[in-house]
Amino acid sequence: MTTMPSAEPQAAGAGQENDILLDVKNLKMYFPVTAGLIFQRAVAQIKAVDDISFFVRRGETLGLVGESGCGKTTTGRCILQLYKPTEGSITFEGQELTGLSTRQMRTMRRQMQVIFQDPFSSLNPRMTAGNIIGEPLVVHGLVKSKTEYRERVAELLQNVGLNPYMADRFPHEFSGGQRQRIGVARALSVDPKLIVCDEPVSALDVSIQAQVINLLEDLQERFALTYLFIAHDLSVVRHISDRVAVMYLGRLVEIADRNDIYRNPYHPYTKALLSAVPIPDPVIDAQRERIILSGEVPSPLNPPSGCVFHPRCPIAIDDCTRAIPDLREVEPGHWAGCIRVEGYGSY
Amino acid sequence: MATLLEVKDLKTSFYTFEGVVKAVDGITYEVEEGETLGLVGESGCGKSVSALSLMRLIPDPPGKITDGEILFEGEDILKIDMDDMRRIRGAKMSMVFQEPMTSLNPVLTLEKQLSETLQLHKGMTREEARGESVNLLSRVGIPDPERRVRQYPHQFSGGMRQRVMIAMALSCNPKLIIADEPTTALDVTIQAQILELMKSLTTEFGVALIVITHNLGVVARYADRMNIMYAGKIIERGSSREIYSNPRHPYTVGLLKSVPRLDLPRRAKLDPIEGQPPDLVNLPPGCAFRDRCRWAVDKCATDTPPLMQVGDGHTSACWQADQLGPDALDFLRDAQELADEGVAVSDN
Repeated sequence: MTTMPSAEPQAAGAGQENDILLDVKNLKMYFPVTAGLIFQRAVAQIKAVDDISFFVRRGETLGLVGESGCGKTTTGRCILQLYKPTEGSITFEGQELTGLSTRQMRTMRRQMQVIFQDPFSSLNPRMTAGNIIGEPLVVHGLVKSKTEYRERVAELLQNVGLNPYMADRFPHEFSGGQRQRIGVARALSVDPKLIVCDEPVSALDVSIQAQVINLLEDLQERFALTYLFIAHDLSVVRHISDRVAVMYLGRLVEIADRNDIYRNPYHPYTKALLSAVPIPDPVIDAQRERIILSGEVPSPLNPPSGCVFHPRCPIAIDDCTRAIPDLREVEPGHWAGCIRVEGYGSY
Repeated sequence: MATLLEVKDLKTSFYTFEGVVKAVDGITYEVEEGETLGLVGESGCGKSVSALSLMRLIPDPPGKITDGEILFEGEDILKIDMDDMRRIRGAKMSMVFQEPMTSLNPVLTLEKQLSETLQLHKGMTREEARGESVNLLSRVGIPDPERRVRQYPHQFSGGMRQRVMIAMALSCNPKLIIADEPTTALDVTIQAQILELMKSLTTEFGVALIVITHNLGVVARYADRMNIMYAGKIIERGSSREIYSNPRHPYTVGLLKSVPRLDLPRRAKLDPIEGQPPDLVNLPPGCAFRDRCRWAVDKCATDTPPLMQVGDGHTSACWQADQLGPDALDFLRDAQELADEGVAVSDN
């Protein structure tokens, strides 16, 4: 497994062992497809996440992009142990998470929080904003008195750009952008180290999106947060991320520094994905070369053999149908999983 | 080109317990035959309601078209009765909705759903309609149409369903197709496929297209002209080239500045439009955007700005439109210069 990007110093290049906050190795998450009414037997497996490895450095933002169904949300949920991964290891601050009991995991969750996509369904409509934000404080026993609780909630509301008097309001009284701010405040309440942001701005209008993105960046600076930023909007991901990982059908196809991946993508899927992003300028957009992929993402129930991208790949050759390409370092810190990449051995 | 559709001072309101919501508040525009018009705005700005008004599909109650005229091929379709309207809907004017998951009937085969319009509007027999359905599916790029036409919507992916919707919209050779957020529910790579398909088909058949979207990027390449909407009104209108390179309304400028762009160097900070869109119940007089506008003056609070000429075929509803000029997008030009000088595009 030396070809996989991992926390091992020789693979990470400059990385020091204690630079790495989160290290994911050979993560697999298979969901069984069952049949039968009483004795539900597994008849097939959906390989939602299939053997992916990556790490997140302390204080950085790793963007995880891909189309719907590529496994990016599942990856986030595995890291938080909301799903029990089928195989693989997830190390957070040197501690292995996969074997932990529910109780042990609960204490770990103080350090890792999540912001969900839909600000409408991720807040309990019967709780006030104050109680939503304050609940983690009570659960983890972080406040000792009612006064302290109220002060902390007020402080959190202010941190996300809301007014403390809004604590008594219910979610339906807030707009989408404000609700997402409540979600951010709830995640911040326990002083986490890592926040998994699962499409935090895709449900918001463009003008509000920018407000929330700026807020997330400010908070990262103030509280030294690390983000795993899951999104499908490549322009937003470029803006907020330090490094970017691209997923396709449960596999990681490319991972690199933000500037490298946007300036010099290696994997044909990354190239197509970048070229499909529309640019809000008719003159410039008309001049760009656009790679329009034919066909659709295959079902993860029955993924193609070899490289999962080969049926849609414009440069696929026969070999692509046979071997599953490993991620290989094509430039320092830039990993791509494609056998057609230049200087990629003698296929 | 002849004018196909003229909307004059259209007003649509919803009567709710909280008060009257003026979802569309006096909009005027026209669509030429065969042109592609982009209708851009954020959620709640009235863009979908204005499209539903064109089809006369506003649920009544609570909604009502309270004023205005919609001239389609010279005839005011707000004055004709519902039977005549039904003859226009689907035949001369059709719609592609946002959600390809919910806009097809799950218990009918595609053949049934495609034939219905053909039998109704074109008087085809069932046999003829079947043949035409297969033909339509192959035209929108669905492989193996003879087999697929007998399948149900759940057997199709999101992108394929949107293709079916387009086939349905095209089935009676309409003059106008209204596409309400046709690609919002789809993935980026599929989005590009669907937009290319819509553009090539509308060009081929000379169909006029109104694309409703909240994403300025989506329509940039395809629209000939653009209407930008805010709080029930059109606040800027012009050719796409003009709108993107020389926006003259602070809201349009704000929209262009708030999105990160892949083709330009990364900015350290995004420039959001501060604040929230206003509540459409009891909208105060004056410009609805003034609270979020950095160019606002006293006049903006008292007088509602009408659409005023700012260039050739370019109008803006802003008292300060002269102040905006091309300088408003300076940040883009600075970025472009940096890029031209060879500074790497993705660096800070």
